[in-house]
Amino acid sequence: MEYLKAFLVGGSICVIGQIILDRTKLTPAHILVGFLIIGVILGGIGWYEPLVKFGEAGATVPISGFGYTLSRGSIEGAKAKGIIGAFTGGLEAAAGGIAAAILFGYIMAVVSNPKTKD
Amino acid sequence: MDKMTNKDYQKFVEEKIPKPIYLKNAINAFLIGGLICTLGQVIRNILFSYNLDEKTVAIGTSIILIFLGSLLTGLGIYDKIGKHGGAGATVPITGFANSIVSPAMEFKREGFIFGVAARMFIIAGPVLVYGVGSSVIMGILYIILTKR
Repeated sequence: MEYLKAFLVGGSICVIGQIILDRTKLTPAHILVGFLIIGVILGGIGWYEPLVKFGEAGATVPISGFGYTLSRGSIEGAKAKGIIGAFTGGLEAAAGGIAAAILFGYIMAVVSNPKTKD
Repeated sequence: MDKMTNKDYQKFVEEKIPKPIYLKNAINAFLIGGLICTLGQVIRNILFSYNLDEKTVAIGTSIILIFLGSLLTGLGIYDKIGKHGGAGATVPITGFANSIVSPAMEFKREGFIFGVAARMFIIAGPVLVYGVGSSVIMGILYIILTKR
């Protein structure tokens, strides 16, 4: 059941992105940044949490889930350590993903070559 | 009269041509995006079975998906997924990994500093700038709005 929910929620978020891509002149980079900011805002006002509870990976795997992690971390940091926590909390929460992206991204880029497009 | 027929014709063309593509793209994005998230759920459940807490599981899932996204990009498979999946391949965190590896690989001949390392952040950079920036603002807003 949770697999179906993850599929539906994740698929729906991607469809919204696809419709924006097809209907406007925005690029995938705009979609990534836009969805991220939407995730940060929805996470900040507490609207993303129910989606995570319902869809689990369907809500956390899309880039908006990354934004949710950032803003939740920042707010939790602010609760615990005040203004300094607001600065440290977001990156602390997202550190694992960012470090993985940098390390794996670098290694894969160094060891592999672009494939010729056919 | 002429204008009317032109308009009608344009409407006819607009209705006829792009819609099937839109629908096909949307369905593909739904399927690919949904499948990647389902894979995320599988990883999540496996990690939960090791008695890890929610936060560790979330981070672990992201790390594994980013690894898979980087690997598949390096092997040239993710581009093929992206060709069919569109936003379904871009929006998940694996697409973020793809946006790092793809340009870095492309510009390797410019060296390891300005080629690989700098180009890694051509899309990831803006993502981090706006993500980190706006989340700090969220934290500060939380302090301002709750301290009354």
